Amino acid sequence: MTDLLTPVLCENWGTEKSWKLSAYLLSGGFSAAKKALKLAPADVVGIVKDAGLRGRGGAGFPTGLKWSFVPQDNPNPKYLVVNADESEPGTCKDMPLLLASPHTLLEGIVISSYAINCHTAFVYVRGEVVHVARRLQAAVAELHEAGWLGKNIQGSGFDLDIVIHSGAGAYICGEETALLDSLEGRRGQPRLRPPFPAVAGLYASPTVINNVESISTVPSIIKNGAEWFAGMGTEKSNGFTFYSLSGHVKRPGQFEAPLGITFRQLLELSGGMRDSHELKFWTPGGSSTPILTPEHLDVPLDYEGMASVGSMLGTKAMQVFDETTSVVRTTLRWSEFYKHESCGKCTPCREGTWWLVQLLRRLEAGEGQEGDVDKLLAVTEDINGLSFCALAGGAVACVTSAVRHFRPEFELGYTTPAWESFPYERSAVFIKDRPDGQSEGGRV
Amino acid sequence: MSGKEFQTYFPHSGRIDEANTSTEIDEKTIAELEEIVARYPQPRSAVLPMLHLVQSVDGRVSPRGLEVIAELAGITPAQVSGVATFYTMYRKHPAGKHHIGICVTALCAVMGGDILYDKVSEHLGVGDGETTADGSFSLERIECNAACDFAPVMMVNWEFLDNMTPEKATQILDDLAVGRPVKPNRGATLTSFKENERVLAGFNDGRADEGVSAGEPSLLGLSIAKERGWAAPKPGAAPKEEAPEAKEGSGK
Repeated sequence: MTDLLTPVLCENWGTEKSWKLSAYLLSGGFSAAKKALKLAPADVVGIVKDAGLRGRGGAGFPTGLKWSFVPQDNPNPKYLVVNADESEPGTCKDMPLLLASPHTLLEGIVISSYAINCHTAFVYVRGEVVHVARRLQAAVAELHEAGWLGKNIQGSGFDLDIVIHSGAGAYICGEETALLDSLEGRRGQPRLRPPFPAVAGLYASPTVINNVESISTVPSIIKNGAEWFAGMGTEKSNGFTFYSLSGHVKRPGQFEAPLGITFRQLLELSGGMRDSHELKFWTPGGSSTPILTPEHLDVPLDYEGMASVGSMLGTKAMQVFDETTSVVRTTLRWSEFYKHESCGKCTPCREGTWWLVQLLRRLEAGEGQEGDVDKLLAVTEDINGLSFCALAGGAVACVTSAVRHFRPEFELGYTTPAWESFPYERSAVFIKDRPDGQSEGGRV
Repeated sequence: MSGKEFQTYFPHSGRIDEANTSTEIDEKTIAELEEIVARYPQPRSAVLPMLHLVQSVDGRVSPRGLEVIAELAGITPAQVSGVATFYTMYRKHPAGKHHIGICVTALCAVMGGDILYDKVSEHLGVGDGETTADGSFSLERIECNAACDFAPVMMVNWEFLDNMTPEKATQILDDLAVGRPVKPNRGATLTSFKENERVLAGFNDGRADEGVSAGEPSLLGLSIAKERGWAAPKPGAAPKEEAPEAKEGSGK
């Protein structure tokens, strides 16, 4: 057993100007890239495979395996695209990483590009975070100056350029094939697979798409070895990861821990629920993962543990809600999100999410009609599994799981507005600033 | 179901305003658009950053902007328009000098984002997607901005204003209105919507070194681990299966 928390990626976040190359080098940065450039590319792939790193963007697909699908005999250029379009509600780990230590990702890109023989890599970063774009752009410029990007990097004979590409406000572009369409200058709509991006991705060339956290984890694996990484976590969920807690907890924040930690342990570390309130429901990995309740406090937060209770690990983004929260209101707001973010390509998703919102709006207003909850479930059946990508599945999961755990509360919407059963101002949490400009630790 | 509950609600749909042909795009803009195209293996990939650059000049996607982008990307203005109207950050009408976004996705909404939005909307006298008459502010109900551990979140020109309250928000708006400098919690001193759009187009403004490394919540796990002497194992330590009782010895 390892320690409860294992800061690796966030270890340097508190250092002076941690985002600068000089600071990153002082904390041991780029030693992994140096090591990797001396190995054969296939050996780098092998190490990441042996480590058992699984994608941290939500789906959990083994990273090394994904890399090994790139057909090296394909004459087209190979591309690496980093998915930094962090937009899944509740997910807030990649943006702090990129603000505090963009070089962690960039070192990961150098290693990963070398492994798959890619000479042009892209970081697709969501548009609504200007300072993240600033830090990434500046970091790329620093690496060019230092000879870590460009031609023949560090005398290795390997060429690499990284393009920082800002998106423009579309959740769907976090879906890898929609991201590729967007990066090609089109509306971000998912592609039918196969062919998979590893074979025909960006510009119909072999392309690897990985999440920020996945690629950022690669340097630590190269530096410390596959066994070190696989020595953490649980049997099938290796290593460490970010768990993000938000909502009605005393101290929300980021926790880097081995896979398999439980929500009870994380809740304790965050100081528990805000004073005199209790846990009502929570998401394990963003709003697309079925919600859970206090009965799931001790289930290991790994891929298998979450599957065993009918949910998913997703992005490990725990949104925590206490007993003042209306589950109908919360579900409605998630549904409004999916309705707005449905790209419109597939009819079940485009029309279905619209109908979910209509039904939930009248349940929230206490104007639901007898049978509306069943109708809601019937609509989810008309959406689920009938679209190109996973957005629709997420849109359905938050509704079906909420009804499963809290059906009477939805039925209350036939008679009583949610804001009467759960006065909304009671859920609001505003942190007051102290006179010295710092925020108070406690929450009001 | 009676008809009255079912209203169409597509505030973000609609086309580029082609009636308003005003533009500030000049030769320098076009040269910069060409620079963007040069970054990519294929010119069409430059469409999104080019649209950001057009917004940095015109405060919106202008008809002239559509034309020049189309020419440089080798597609038609209608295709560029089709792309621009897909993404919520591209504006059909001019943004204010400062663009205010209040997160109203589930978590922020519940944590106070709804109250915050109402107060800000009342204070500015504009609603979702609208711009104040003097052109100082535009307001938008935004979706999850990846800062949930800082909820409720307000964005100004896409910089983070964390742990917002109605009082703090109205103070910030008042300060901005009279040109007093405002520092976001995690970012560079607020300038304007247009200047930040330029950064999104890939033209760095040299201000990456402003602001903090991380907010307090981002460092929470790290500081707890430091306090308790927790760390990742040293390389070469025994793997997980063989050492179930090593926990006691691992803390300092």
